[in-house]
Amino acid sequence: MQATTKNHAQLSEAFIADEPRTDWHDETLWFVRSKRDKAVHQVPEWELLREWASAIKNHTLSNLDNYLVDFERNANANGVVVHWASNASDHNNIVLKIMRDNQVKRVVKSKSMLTEECHLNPFLIENGIEVVDTDLGERIVQFRNEPPSHIVLPAIHLKKQDVSETFHEHLHTEKGNNDPQYLTEAARQHLRSKFIASDLAITGVNFAIAETGGFVVCTNEGNADMGAHAAKIHIACMGFEKIIPKLEHLGVFLRLLARSATGQPTTTYNSHFHRPRNGQQMHIVIVDNGRSKQLGRPEFRNSLKCIRCAACFNTCPVYRRSGGHSYHTAVAGPIGSILNPNIDMRANADLPFASTLCGSCSNVCPVKIDIHDQLWKWRQVLVAEGYVANGKKLGMKGMAFVLAYPKVYRIAGKMGRWVMRVLPFVTNNKLLNPWYKQREMPEAPKASFRDWYRKNRGGS
Amino acid sequence: MSRASILTAITNNKPSLVDLPIIDINAVIQYDDVVAQFKAVLESIGGLAIELNNMQELESEVQAEKAKGHYIINTLPELGEVDKDLATQVVATLETVHKAYLRGAIAVAENGAVWLYEHQMVNRLSPFICQHLVLVVEKRNIVATMHQAYQHIDAGKEGFGVFIAGPSKTADIEQSLVIGAHGARSLVVYLV
Ligand code: SF4
Repeated sequence: MQATTKNHAQLSEAFIADEPRTDWHDETLWFVRSKRDKAVHQVPEWELLREWASAIKNHTLSNLDNYLVDFERNANANGVVVHWASNASDHNNIVLKIMRDNQVKRVVKSKSMLTEECHLNPFLIENGIEVVDTDLGERIVQFRNEPPSHIVLPAIHLKKQDVSETFHEHLHTEKGNNDPQYLTEAARQHLRSKFIASDLAITGVNFAIAETGGFVVCTNEGNADMGAHAAKIHIACMGFEKIIPKLEHLGVFLRLLARSATGQPTTTYNSHFHRPRNGQQMHIVIVDNGRSKQLGRPEFRNSLKCIRCAACFNTCPVYRRSGGHSYHTAVAGPIGSILNPNIDMRANADLPFASTLCGSCSNVCPVKIDIHDQLWKWRQVLVAEGYVANGKKLGMKGMAFVLAYPKVYRIAGKMGRWVMRVLPFVTNNKLLNPWYKQREMPEAPKASFRDWYRKNRGGS
Repeated sequence: MSRASILTAITNNKPSLVDLPIIDINAVIQYDDVVAQFKAVLESIGGLAIELNNMQELESEVQAEKAKGHYIINTLPELGEVDKDLATQVVATLETVHKAYLRGAIAVAENGAVWLYEHQMVNRLSPFICQHLVLVVEKRNIVATMHQAYQHIDAGKEGFGVFIAGPSKTADIEQSLVIGAHGARSLVVYLV
């Protein structure tokens, strides 16, 4: 992603300046969250599925080294070449070397958040390779020279007028034609010519199966398949946490993934790759890039269970109102705010604070990651390590003090309600209280819930 | 070397071993009528399922399509002549395929997906590159959920295999659903 020294709050400010667009973004993602709920209610055993998925991932993390070795052995036996990359630059160099060895100039790519994390595209372009992102949303943002703003819906920050203008400029579509059907058809034609002409396809990996050495890629558009089956060389890039032990576990994960992501009963294409086709080369690049370090942090290792469904993004009140670019990292949203401080604490110290800790993320997570707890724990670590500005530190200490002593909490609440009623400008002031920017404070209730409950229900 | 250092770091940092859970398939949803469930779900995701009494009905459809001069891929001997060069056909030619008729191994009631082995596609591109896709699945091969699906297929047996659920789609422009992103613009599943 673009180098930036601005933090989440500063970047959000730019996003929320356009109020109708912020509202649209907020409502659209909430609509996706509602579709998820509807899909989930069709599956009575949903909570059991989450338990299984979480337990399979916990088990896998506890035996990960052995599963990776099994996976490599089985993939090799299938005629697939396995590469290992310690960090982003290793990964990029491995990919480039395969291209150089085969005199490849043109590459198509389907969605892979790992390659975003490693900044593969700019690296390949600098080295004279033509890289075309083929997922529609990714192609749109690639034309615009922007990073994706969401791991499942890369162009969710854009309106159809924006796409129309971008396509008019790059694909010469009619000016002012904003019809999604028309624009998608234009991209279909354009990208078909790229699929036919490309020598090599890069895909991500959703699941890699230790017992068979195969991997599964899930898409709705069919772009991963068009690329991989047309090209002479297929490179699949994966973070090492994509491993699952057995094929039968796909039954659990594929039931959870699309329902959690978009509310679909499944993605259109769940493609299982095991061997290259006749005359084709197939490579897998297994990447660490900080993951083994995260595995060694007991409070945070759970984040490696993530299957990148983005349910936590869609439900997050902060993400919905601040947009993906405000997170200034490849993976935004609540889970990104846990993964990114591990990679660079200083650059990403702001992210665990971009949360209300409401816990909605943890409630929807299909693999039961304790997301909001981990955000809270990162705040402690970042303060202890000295990465947090003083204002926030004071606020945090104050908050910890208030929460730790119930009596103080009650008195503080009473005072707060009195101040908001009698002296609203104190909390209302955008300079004194940054929460007030672009927000209306609700009218303070006369009684707290506790007071109300005591009076109306009796007891204490 | 990266491989050794990554594996050593994992060995040193991983938590102590916990067991795999027991997946009890009896605890998951069952449908009274898997055919009806499959049809309803496939329609809700933009596809169409049609029950067929016999293959002759479909055979005449294939012949009629061919007579119109379209490039039709047929892989089912019951439906007439099969394409001999399909396995080695080049991309630029396949790009002009109007419709492909392929057999699927099993269908899944809960999500409208059909599993195809590589040998059923003959060419890995055929279910994706055609403008329209027609799949034929035996009614007795419809299972309730993905758990049963993985019991019935051997997903690692052939070099490639895929679950296909409905036509290709995208909602990347303002979340408006558009059918026909890169793959087939329509999907009909015939149940025999
Ligand atoms: S943390 Fe959970 S909810 Fe968020 S993307 Fe990962 S799996 Fe989905």
